[in-house]
Amino acid sequence: MVDLRIIVSQDDFDLGVEAERLETGPDTGAVVTFTGRVRDVAGGLRHMEIEHYPGMTERALTDIAQDAADRWSLSAVTVIHRHGRLIPGARIMMVGTAARHRDAAFESASFLMDYLKSRAPFWKKEVREDGAEWVASKDSDEAALDRWV
Amino acid sequence: MTVQILYFAWLRERIGIGREDVETNAATVADLIAQLRAREDRYDTAFSDMSAVRCAVDQVLVDLDASLAGAREVAFFPPMTGG
Repeated sequence: MVDLRIIVSQDDFDLGVEAERLETGPDTGAVVTFTGRVRDVAGGLRHMEIEHYPGMTERALTDIAQDAADRWSLSAVTVIHRHGRLIPGARIMMVGTAARHRDAAFESASFLMDYLKSRAPFWKKEVREDGAEWVASKDSDEAALDRWV
Repeated sequence: MTVQILYFAWLRERIGIGREDVETNAATVADLIAQLRAREDRYDTAFSDMSAVRCAVDQVLVDLDASLAGAREVAFFPPMTGG
């Protein structure tokens, strides 16, 4: 029985606590976590505004996490995604996977990220000093899903 | 039938509301979009580039030719940018 932990919240999370939670039974030999943060590459970013679709978001994340758990026989999966106003440097989201072996933990974390990018109902808006703009989706994000088919 | 329609991100901004109830006989998502576009310019503009519009029916992603039979909630939004 896989331990799925899905959280959609405005609040920050404790990366250390979340990583430790994934250290489940004695047969879990590998834990991988990925954290995404608000970055300001060009300079001038005031904050990121993240909108989501309450209800569908939790459902989509749960489905994606369950798919990963089934495919790689994971013992635990954590997906945390924040919404609302986030300043540069703030954590946006994390995925964590726990498996017997590292290949499964790494691959499933990568799978989760690829699906989150273009299948979970979140939309990012960058609010800059000179105006605001919705972040466009990338063709490469859609193409990234092909390797999991 | 009455369906609740939700709009997100720039579709919400261009149409000017986040949700509304709409009375419709549309058989498919595409029919519903045609009905909305005929209402007012702001809808027509928002849906002018259909390659940039995604849809969920009752919180499940669907193609634009999907049936609306039994649908209660239809959401329109741009391609998702999570992660």
